[in-house]
Amino acid sequence: MAFTLYSLIQAAILCINAVAVLHEERFLRKIGWGVDQSVGGFGDEPGIKVQLMNLIRSVRTVMRVKKKNFNI
Amino acid sequence: MDYTATQSGFRQQPSMRLRNSPGDSPDGSQLFEDTSRAGPGPQAGYRNQQAGPQTAGFPGQTLLSEPMSNLAMAYGSSLASQGREMVDKNLDRFIPISKLKYYFAVDTVYVGKKLGLLVFPYMHENWEVSYQQDTPVAPRFDVNAPDLYIPTMGFITYILVAGLALGTQSRFSPELLGVQASSALVWLIMEVLVVLLSLYLVTVNTDLTTIDLLAFAGYKYVGMIVGLVAGLLFGKPAYYLSLLWCCAAIFVFMIRTLRLKLLSEAAAEGKLVRGARNQLRMYLTMAIAAAQPIFMYWLTFHLVR
Repeated sequence: MAFTLYSLIQAAILCINAVAVLHEERFLRKIGWGVDQSVGGFGDEPGIKVQLMNLIRSVRTVMRVKKKNFNI
Repeated sequence: MDYTATQSGFRQQPSMRLRNSPGDSPDGSQLFEDTSRAGPGPQAGYRNQQAGPQTAGFPGQTLLSEPMSNLAMAYGSSLASQGREMVDKNLDRFIPISKLKYYFAVDTVYVGKKLGLLVFPYMHENWEVSYQQDTPVAPRFDVNAPDLYIPTMGFITYILVAGLALGTQSRFSPELLGVQASSALVWLIMEVLVVLLSLYLVTVNTDLTTIDLLAFAGYKYVGMIVGLVAGLLFGKPAYYLSLLWCCAAIFVFMIRTLRLKLLSEAAAEGKLVRGARNQLRMYLTMAIAAAQPIFMYWLTFHLVR
């Protein structure tokens, strides 16, 4: 149970990496979690599922830029 | 040559002094002290009229060093103030110090009332945070406002009490203190992150900042300390009893505090507003409040044997 700060940082990096390497076409569309599958609810409440999809999409977009900078 | 020059310069001093300030004997004694250090003669009058011993320390080799050293000192001090401004500005970008100051503006009465509220929240009626022209009032003036003083002190006290508990069971070593500290800190950070994530997912429009959430998550340390101390003094049954009491108290405290911030106005006043959104928010509030007793038990049970 003895967590250290370092293990938290490790876990965070691994999680972000996992989200970043998700392939949208192969997996998310099959489950029905592709972002273009969510009909834009312009009214109120986007709902949890749409929020989660948007979150994954935005993390992937940010990571794409940072990965390019890192590898260069 | 220089010494005679200084001495003649200083001998001119008493007559000038007598004309200017007749009753200044301490300055007269300072004159005698100054003659022990070598100083440039013609400048001595200027220096002593300023009564500044700070420039008397310079071993003035040449007559030109006097204005130069003043200039250098002025330049150095301006550099230092510039450097400090730059550090302040940059630090303020990463850690909002002015915002943090608000959370530490507490006084003894507030701390006492808040601690009482954390252990016995059942009689308190008005849980709203009072505002003053759109900004929340400082914790000093409002018992309901969140602060960071109690959580910080509670965290440190928890670590100390944990060390004490380990010591009474002769399991103590100084590294364990660090292990306890970092472990508790990690759980705290994870809890705040999970709450932030869930607030984002449920799209709650609230004015709860991250620091507010940190403060609310830190309030459980008070209950943990009460439970641990009771367990140390009176044994395991006392630990369980006091922990149960503090868990219930924190549960009620969190629900009543968060209800006003997360739920819509109507639901916060107790009327049952139907609708999936409000129900979701109510579940979220209850989940956050229910997580507190779980953490309180998880972080303390291994310390009381």
